[in-house]
Amino acid sequence: MKHETIETNAGWLIALTLVVISIGGLVEIVPLYFIDSTVETVKVAGKDVVRPYTPLELRGRDIYQREGCYVCHSQMIRPFRDEALRYGHYSLAAESQFDHPFQWGSKRTGPDLARVGKKYSNQWHTQHLIAPRSVVPESIMPNYPWLMNKSLSYKDIGNRMRALKMVGVPYAETQAEYDANVKRYGKEVADQLDINKAEENLLAQAKNGNYDGDISSISEMDALVAYLQVLGTMVDFKQFEDGHFAEFR
Amino acid sequence: MSSEKKQHTVQTTGHAWDGDLQEFNNPLPNWWLWGFYATVVFAVIYWVLYPAFPIGNTYTKGAFNEITYTTADGKTKTSHWTTRALLMQEMQEARELQKPYLEKINKTGYEQIAGNKEQSSFAYSTAKVLFADNCAACHQAGGAGVIGMYPNLADDAWLWGGSYAQIEESIRKGRNGNMPGFKASLSAEQIDNVAEYVLGLSGIEVNKDKAAQGKAVFEGAGTCHVCHTKAGSGQFAMGSANLTDKVWTFANVPAAKTLAEKKTAVKEVVANGFGRHMPAWNGRLSDVEIKMLAFYVHQLSAGK
Repeated sequence: MKHETIETNAGWLIALTLVVISIGGLVEIVPLYFIDSTVETVKVAGKDVVRPYTPLELRGRDIYQREGCYVCHSQMIRPFRDEALRYGHYSLAAESQFDHPFQWGSKRTGPDLARVGKKYSNQWHTQHLIAPRSVVPESIMPNYPWLMNKSLSYKDIGNRMRALKMVGVPYAETQAEYDANVKRYGKEVADQLDINKAEENLLAQAKNGNYDGDISSISEMDALVAYLQVLGTMVDFKQFEDGHFAEFR
Repeated sequence: MSSEKKQHTVQTTGHAWDGDLQEFNNPLPNWWLWGFYATVVFAVIYWVLYPAFPIGNTYTKGAFNEITYTTADGKTKTSHWTTRALLMQEMQEARELQKPYLEKINKTGYEQIAGNKEQSSFAYSTAKVLFADNCAACHQAGGAGVIGMYPNLADDAWLWGGSYAQIEESIRKGRNGNMPGFKASLSAEQIDNVAEYVLGLSGIEVNKDKAAQGKAVFEGAGTCHVCHTKAGSGQFAMGSANLTDKVWTFANVPAAKTLAEKKTAVKEVVANGFGRHMPAWNGRLSDVEIKMLAFYVHQLSAGK
């Protein structure tokens, strides 16, 4: 094909430009799928500790995305001293392996949330989401009072888990998949990842956790706080010696 | 270069658009060309020094550019260049700089830290930042708390005790404050009388007869004394509030103007109860950080 043909034919020019540009992306991204240490192995006593979200946490994550929390909050602690001192251990690739899409972010208007789990009480999160300035006077975060009044819709939770299963999140539907999860995570976690028990698990977690302090109904607040409280808590870094995860890079 | 000269010496690219539109095929300026060669040289050097090319399930790690660091457990490790190893090195440098101070803080008792100007100012300024990152979200920047939610740390009243050891315990293990609601077990009148009595305990003028009846409920059917003690002074061991001082952490009595409003605030708490939870900081902060924070919180209330 002559150069002139490409330059005088807009269709060819667009197609071939796209090919040339995507080479730049592909050579950077594709090898990561084949390099062993891209996603760190994080096992305690032979079991994987980073697990997919429970049904309630998953609904909370959906609400997190619906409300656009990611516009202001990142979930990615970078390996710098200032971030280590403020937020804690840097984020591992393994910790966001079940996030579709990931919530890393590249701009922070609010603080990073990668390790916000268990840092504050459920009560604080509920109050802070309803009226942020009642607890943090200098905050510019909007109020989200409706989360408290809107009851959580969870009838489609099974389908939501099935959709994630299609992209590789190990939720289980068959006995064989359940058994594999028992082997990988232990029984307690495997039970939570069972799609057949999704609704039952969601209701039980919301009832036992009572995240929004109102036991009479399951609100969207329950789900969102359950999600926030699990962020960054799956890996207990005290179980690993200092510098362990540096060896994966 | 004049435009006249150009026309004679520079070739065109050979094709013409719209009949007579042609492009000159000028050579690139030398500064640009050498700049380009320089980036090529830079890239080659970079490939040698830093992790660069994927090979199967691994990658080239870079040469002549190793990072040696010592971990917090005192192990020396060497790694190829990575940002994570770089962080380990940076943390090590900071640790070594702070070590003489932190070791002293670790070894010294709270009272001695308070008496030593160098140590107390180090602990205070370090903990001030820790407090802002970890505590201020609830207890507010100056430690004044939010009435009805988070206790004031800057006054002299303590739920779980204000000694250094008690504050340290609160930070390390967190606290669960819980008062049951009494609307099921007490009648509206009983609750009304208890509120009258409780307000009287902190020196507010109340109806003596009603308060006397309230006292009977407080020590009888209400079982209030089990946690708050008969005198109403509370117990640090279970975090029950002292009802005899003028400090209110839950019912917003100071903001209420009339006795009726004050009583409404107290009755609300007696009827419904509340649960408050402070998370544990044990896993998040190191021992010496918790120690400096306990020192700081103690200082917030001027050491009382």
